[in-house]
Amino acid sequence: MVEFWAFVLGISILLYILLDGFDLGVGMLFPFAPGEAERRRMLGSISPVWDGNETWLVVSAATLFGAFPAVFSIVLSAFYLPLFLMLAGLILRGVAFEFRYKATTSRPLWDAGFVVGSYVAAFVQGTAVGAIVQGLPIENGLYAGHALSWASPFSLFCGLGLCIGYALMGSCWIAGKSTGPLRDFSFRVLPALMAALLVFLVVVFIWSVEIRLQVLHRWIDRPALLVCPLLGLVAFAGLVLSVRRRNERFLFLCGATIFIAAFTTLAGSFLPYMLPFSMTIWQAASPPSSLSFLFWGAGLFVLPVTLAYTLIVYFVFRGKMTEEGEY
Amino acid sequence: MELTPLLLSRIQFAFTISFHIIFPAFTIGLAAWLTFLEACHLFTGERIYRRLSDFWLKIFAVAFGLGVVSGIVMAFQFGTNWSELSRRTGPIQGPLLGYESFTAFALEAAFFGVLMFGRDRVPRWAYLGACLMVSLGTSLSAFWIMVNNSWMQYPTGFSLTPDGVFVPTDWSAIIFNQAVWTRFPHMIIAAYVTSAFCVAATGAWYMLRGTAVQEGRAMAVMGLRLAAILVPVQLGFGHLVGDFVHDKQPAKFAAIEGRWNDQQPASEILVAWPDSENERNLFEISVPYLGSVIGSMSLTSKELGIKSFAPQDRPPVAIPFFAFRIMVGCGLVMLALAWIGSWLSFSERLLKARLFLVATFLSFPLGFIATLTGWFTAEVGRQPWVVYGQLRTAEAATPFLTSQEVATTFALVAAVYALIFGFGVLYIYRLLRAGPIPAAALSLYGTNPKRPLSIPGASPGVSGAAKTGE
Repeated sequence: MVEFWAFVLGISILLYILLDGFDLGVGMLFPFAPGEAERRRMLGSISPVWDGNETWLVVSAATLFGAFPAVFSIVLSAFYLPLFLMLAGLILRGVAFEFRYKATTSRPLWDAGFVVGSYVAAFVQGTAVGAIVQGLPIENGLYAGHALSWASPFSLFCGLGLCIGYALMGSCWIAGKSTGPLRDFSFRVLPALMAALLVFLVVVFIWSVEIRLQVLHRWIDRPALLVCPLLGLVAFAGLVLSVRRRNERFLFLCGATIFIAAFTTLAGSFLPYMLPFSMTIWQAASPPSSLSFLFWGAGLFVLPVTLAYTLIVYFVFRGKMTEEGEY
Repeated sequence: MELTPLLLSRIQFAFTISFHIIFPAFTIGLAAWLTFLEACHLFTGERIYRRLSDFWLKIFAVAFGLGVVSGIVMAFQFGTNWSELSRRTGPIQGPLLGYESFTAFALEAAFFGVLMFGRDRVPRWAYLGACLMVSLGTSLSAFWIMVNNSWMQYPTGFSLTPDGVFVPTDWSAIIFNQAVWTRFPHMIIAAYVTSAFCVAATGAWYMLRGTAVQEGRAMAVMGLRLAAILVPVQLGFGHLVGDFVHDKQPAKFAAIEGRWNDQQPASEILVAWPDSENERNLFEISVPYLGSVIGSMSLTSKELGIKSFAPQDRPPVAIPFFAFRIMVGCGLVMLALAWIGSWLSFSERLLKARLFLVATFLSFPLGFIATLTGWFTAEVGRQPWVVYGQLRTAEAATPFLTSQEVATTFALVAAVYALIFGFGVLYIYRLLRAGPIPAAALSLYGTNPKRPLSIPGASPGVSGAAKTGE
């Protein structure tokens, strides 16, 4: 049962990263779009799906609280300030979709909220990953740091990295969804984003060796994990090829695969730890009575329904946008 | 008073949850109201029900959106500000709140889409079914929240581990908790009454203005008649909740009653100014014997005073005392309005009773005030415990937070809420002012079911701006 919920949690976090990742990326690219018509189309390309994407954040949080309350209490309190910033960002971003078109004079305000909200949310998430990889100070199952323990140069750098990654996925998404000037725009920014991502990955690897991250030992212990970075490399090569040929068919798939590879690398090197290297999934889990109570309703019915719902929405809105845009 | 992180966290939680509850209290009732209108339309075929339903659907959409957005912050606050609470009670509260968000997303969101964009795409009976499912979803959400809160009021079905973690041993004892079955109906009816008065007040407004009089009269009559039945039922459930508090939370009961010393027989205080410093009441007006009657249904029973409890186990007196009286006062005013209005509604006198219509129009906040003060009574009265008798609020907070940090996030949340809710309320007001317009083309272009605020034609004044691409 513990394994089941750890798996559910992993899947919902991965889905969140993949799905909300690209629409946050679109938000980050928004101010650089050539003009209002393109911006409208950018919004149009994510408006049918963005809030469904964010559902996975709520599913992740609910699963974490229900199944792993120990980690829930540590992670949420450890990232106290950035988490509130992220929530504020996500709220502002969410209402911007609607208020932007209802506003008569305050459109710049909502646009700013949309862009800033996207950057803040992406940056905070990246920073959190960095800080967790580095290891949170935990003693006897309790958080032993203070409100700013998460902020190290390394974690902040990871925040920057995730911004680049999300922007990359965002441009892949736009390229696949659009034609004309907007498609040209995404192919213009893609090479720069890819180069930035490559630089980030190299630097982060050297940095990890430099500060002797514990996670590196895992890679020596578990050579099978090498498959994941290799997969990522193949996807990156696919990305390069697609951009050179200006073919957007597999663009998003390649971008997403890089993220999947990165996520499985990290998850594979942490397991069985949930917070490396201080708390295993078994130490963090709720008692069996809680987990099975959650399983018979939420696990068996609600999760499959939500998954099906997500698939249907993407199926309905597949393909290029019409010239009018979704709005 | 020193602004400790604990106090600031409590104020922050009280602020966000008070803000949040306004919207569910409204939407639970409105969902039922829409279902009722759809059923009337289906079975009688009268066009007016369809017009009313289309109109209130737009209001529902905005209120629902604001409720969802403000609810997300709630879920995270358990971990950020109350990490010890979530660590220790997580095995029980986590699954309960998990079910709440799962139900909300699965039922409400899916069928909400049909409500918003499916009017002409699904058969009428299926549309009614979708209304029913949304209504069921909002009620189920409320049910899980009430289960969770009732467990905090009256913890059952658990055992404690040595490090203070609550382990569930009997889920049926947790869910079918004695407190749930009076408090859940009390909350649901509160939501229905709140919405009924909003509907009636809107109707009275239109009748006073002389616009959409036919629709306005229908709203006022339906709202008031429903309230005429529900408010007495609500008072009955309120009494049952009071009995529960009397038996299981005697310190809270004493605070609500403003009773400092044990009394036998006890009198019931109607008006007073509790003076916590000197542990007595100023300006007290009370009815002898009534306190014993209300507390134990006898003329001679002994009722406990707040001084019978150790100082560290006493709740604050003033807030439960006043909040309770405001709640009951609102209830009685609503009862009077509902009964007078229903009586008037059986003839043509309602249209001419302008004074009554003005009173009804002004009554729209009463349900919200009663709901909020009811929650204040329940939650402040539970102090100093977060899980009654088991876990103190002071032990539940995140231990390492500083006042500056909590103040910062509080300011941030308050600013964001003020911004978006200012806009949202303005928007609801615009919709109400515009009134029911002959059935707008609701499904001209559907986009996304989960985006309540994007309902086409829902923006009088600037509607159509997006479509023409100006």
